[in-house]
Amino acid sequence: MSMLHLVNKSPYERNSLSTCVGYVKAGDTLLLIEDGVYAAVKGGAAAAKLGGLDVSVLGPDLAARGIGEDKLIDGVKVVDYAAFVDLVEAKDKVQSWL
Amino acid sequence: MSEVKKFMYVNRRAPYGTIYAWESLEVVLIGAAFEQDVSLAFIDDGVYQLVKGQSTAGIGMKNFSPTYAALGDYEVNKIFVEKESLEERGLTLDDLQHLTWEDEDEDWAEKDSIRLVSRAEMADILAEQDVLFNF
Amino acid sequence: MKLTIQVNEGPYQHQASDSAYLFTKAALEKGHEIFRVFFYHDGVNNGTRLTTPPQDDRNVVQRWSDLAAAHNLDLVVCVAAAQRRGIVDDGEAQRNKKDATNIAPGFRISGLGQLVEGGIQSDRLVVFGD
Repeated sequence: MSMLHLVNKSPYERNSLSTCVGYVKAGDTLLLIEDGVYAAVKGGAAAAKLGGLDVSVLGPDLAARGIGEDKLIDGVKVVDYAAFVDLVEAKDKVQSWL
Repeated sequence: MSEVKKFMYVNRRAPYGTIYAWESLEVVLIGAAFEQDVSLAFIDDGVYQLVKGQSTAGIGMKNFSPTYAALGDYEVNKIFVEKESLEERGLTLDDLQHLTWEDEDEDWAEKDSIRLVSRAEMADILAEQDVLFNF
Repeated sequence: MKLTIQVNEGPYQHQASDSAYLFTKAALEKGHEIFRVFFYHDGVNNGTRLTTPPQDDRNVVQRWSDLAAAHNLDLVVCVAAAQRRGIVDDGEAQRNKKDATNIAPGFRISGLGQLVEGGIQSDRLVVFGD
């Protein structure tokens, strides 16, 4: 069974991302939304935590925060709300790491 | 009749500083009547909810910690506590309430409800669930 | 796909209600079914009709009411959480002797069982919070 992990808080504010990565398994996807998108910024200390994971970032939340897609670490997929819905359907369940 | 689902209530916050711990417990209690396969997970600051000896008179709030002890009576007896979260906080199982339930299939023998698991084991447990509640 | 959405935070204070709304809207546009949107904790504050947000920004409460009307959505505000935070409909006003009601159109107040039922009856539960 696969899981969609949602992380909505900044990794510099809260430990949710740190805890979450210990729970991601093969076949799971980690979707960063709201303040969670900061984790995917290249050069940030938190970016290292995402290594080896299937990571997507919600585009509208990046744009709102003035983060250009060129500022993200490699391998991260930028998605819109429609793709967010598709991810919920594609995985068997959703875990919100608030 | 819909199938029985594996429900997990994930708790990651300390008690009293915010209402999430208490209002999460309220869902567990109401949910018990729906006869699903229920588990509780205590991760990160959630482990603080189970610490024994809570006395709230000085902060003027209701002490809701006795409710955890009643969970066994609601047939909620799969309470997983993450070892790494306890250790990071300098806690051991001894600091927590001793939660039990009575197994009617074994002559009402009293058994422990709390199962101490590693993060890796907790991840396996979460992966088996159908529905994950977060507060 | 049949979805239940849980909203844990109130309007404006956190992005949760916005994210939940945009997700719900996207799911409807894709033809999915929204079984229920359940408002818990401070999320019940999404159900007051008394907000007057600035004209140049989104109206969070109105948006939910409009989406509910357009798609016949079931927006449920938890009764216990609502009582604590003062979200009141006619039934609650009568029961608890309040001199006013403030529930917004499209929302109804009901028990936690509605959230549990959402978990049972839906294919997915998606939680938005802090």
